[in-house]
Amino acid sequence: MSSAQLEIQLIASLVALACAIPGTFLVLRKMAMISDAISHSILPGLVVGFFITQDLNSPLLILLAALTGVITVVLVEQIQKTGLVKEDTAIGLVFPALFSIGVIMIAKNANDIHLDVDAVLLGELAFAPFDRLTISGVDVGPKSLWVIGTILTITIGLLIAFFKELKISTFDAGLAASLGFSPVAIHYGLMTVASVTTVGAFDAVGAILVVALMIAPAAAAYLLTTDLKKMLALAMFFGVLSAISGYWFAHWLDASIAGSITTMLGLIFLIIYLFAPSKGLIAVMYREKQQKVEVSLITFLLHLKNHTEASERHVNHLTEHINWQKIRAKTVLDLALKNNMITVDNKQLVSLTDKGEDFTSLAIDYIITNEDAQIEDMKDDFFLFRG
Amino acid sequence: MRTITLGTAILGAVTGMLGSFAVLRKQSLLGDAISHAALPGIAIAFLLTGAKDSNTLLLGALISGLIGTFWIRGIVSKTHLKSDTALGLILSLFFGFGMLLLTFIQKQPNANQAGLDKYLFGQAATLVESDVWLMAIVTGLCLTVLLLFWKEFKILLFDKDYAHTIGFNTKAIDILITSFIVLAIVLGLQTVGVVLMSAMLLAPAAAARQWTNSLGTMVFLAAVFGAFFGVFGTAISASQNNLSTGPVIVLVATVFVLFSFIFSPSRGLLFRQIRFIKNRRDLELHKTLAFMFHIAETHDDISHPHTVKILNNFQGYTRGTLQKLVDKNYVTLEGNMWSLTPEGFERASNLYNQQTNKNE
Repeated sequence: MSSAQLEIQLIASLVALACAIPGTFLVLRKMAMISDAISHSILPGLVVGFFITQDLNSPLLILLAALTGVITVVLVEQIQKTGLVKEDTAIGLVFPALFSIGVIMIAKNANDIHLDVDAVLLGELAFAPFDRLTISGVDVGPKSLWVIGTILTITIGLLIAFFKELKISTFDAGLAASLGFSPVAIHYGLMTVASVTTVGAFDAVGAILVVALMIAPAAAAYLLTTDLKKMLALAMFFGVLSAISGYWFAHWLDASIAGSITTMLGLIFLIIYLFAPSKGLIAVMYREKQQKVEVSLITFLLHLKNHTEASERHVNHLTEHINWQKIRAKTVLDLALKNNMITVDNKQLVSLTDKGEDFTSLAIDYIITNEDAQIEDMKDDFFLFRG
Repeated sequence: MRTITLGTAILGAVTGMLGSFAVLRKQSLLGDAISHAALPGIAIAFLLTGAKDSNTLLLGALISGLIGTFWIRGIVSKTHLKSDTALGLILSLFFGFGMLLLTFIQKQPNANQAGLDKYLFGQAATLVESDVWLMAIVTGLCLTVLLLFWKEFKILLFDKDYAHTIGFNTKAIDILITSFIVLAIVLGLQTVGVVLMSAMLLAPAAAARQWTNSLGTMVFLAAVFGAFFGVFGTAISASQNNLSTGPVIVLVATVFVLFSFIFSPSRGLLFRQIRFIKNRRDLELHKTLAFMFHIAETHDDISHPHTVKILNNFQGYTRGTLQKLVDKNYVTLEGNMWSLTPEGFERASNLYNQQTNKNE
């Protein structure tokens, strides 16, 4: 592994860390699409900054571009406040307009500007180690490493300093306001950090990857935990994991590093989306099926309790009267038998056991009063086997 | 040139039409997500066929756009992630994957691959007659389906539960309208590109929404606006060097949306402000009149004159409002004295009644 390779992986990992922190809060605050808007609308800020400084890594350019990002947020909010259109429409109107202005500015000055829309949107991590920062003749490393390192340090500092405020204002804006934290200040603070991170990272990895690095790790972490600290840690871990594995994947395919990091993020998210315990797709579908069977079971038991006559309690009657298909009827019957709720005698008549009687009476109480979510506790008490 | 203008006009019309539904269904950003999600489809279609036939590529884009759309729905309905997160996820992940494939294709020894990146930023100049025909056919198809299922779309849009109750297959209608939105977006990729497509979808609809409250009129207006943006944008970009069509169309559209926000008669900010000021003036007028009424009430003769000075104790009074009351013939002025006319008394007592009625 050459030093250039090491540097690329280091930059990618730092970008992933710097994006994961604001990304987590954006996802929790339901503002994920704002990051997409910011990443596009910084373009005119970048172009103007580039006219002035002629240097893509100058702090002034980063500030100007970040300012455009904050302006985007303000514009979106102002349009939304008029009540003429919804928030998502406001976002969808603002950022293409700003992006268009940027594209036209670049096109009009194509001769004297070395800035390419492709480069802004897609970035080229592979070139990052060639643009080096030298202090009094000594080579101290790639410029973008320093830029993103500084941004990451500031972000972590702000996170630690304002963790409590961020946490409360994210989950309960009303409480935060009544405790004396200004939700507006925290909101714009977060937006500024997101803008600065986007600008600092775009040069290395491109605007789209910034969006991916902000949203995907946080979304994947959100499927695994409900603890904010754990979520932040997991998001950072997924970010770095995909940054490093993405680099080697790109190395192997000889393709865009930004693209392959995003692909890795996609794979990680897909795996977690499918297999996350309790919140993943498979777990959710399994639970839905389980609940469906259990509701059928309760319906069946109630039916038995209401009817003493033999004709209503015959096994075959289930399929005829309650209109269940054979397999479903059998599943329900088996489940009831396994849980000792019913007995079936030699005439194929079904009757409730004592335990079944108890459970059914409680279930009726629950249905009449409908208090809280007792039904799950009741199921835990009575069921030996779940549906 | 004629082909390009016609192409952008048709594209504007169809995106405007379908965009109305996207905006009203609060799916505005879906356009943005889908246009990005279409990229891997284009790349895979190229990898599989090795040819740059725009119809094949669009088919790939359509399939990948649809997969993206339904995955977004899957995420929103099956997990606790919100729609904004789902949109952002699909947008960036699909786009990144598409970029990976595009860079991979560029390394392939296939001379055909140049020009795939026109789908990123769009090049209206590459439109040829067959593309325009395709757009026209799709637009015709959209129009037919819209007219056929107009009632269903409308009910689904405004009251989904009701549509379900009266027996419409809401899922099928939903899929139908979403598929058409995806189709319109994919068609526009070649002309305005991935990034600006969302504005093409939203801007005509957002502008049209300001001028009407009726769905039919809105869809029609959005189509007209969209076509107009296309023609106008193409004309401006053709008149100068180095101006790509897509961004100019988007800017034209944005300016017009702003114009609609400000100047639309019923919802616009300008007229809203004017109405607000007018209401405030009316209120001041009524306050003055009511104050006079209370004074006049204490006298047997309602036209008994009073000095203007006693009105000074009351904040709503200005010379302007007094003059207006005179103009309306509610009050007569003689030197420093004013008196209510019978008409003014009548009006003021009714005003009072109305207020108490409203309070009850």
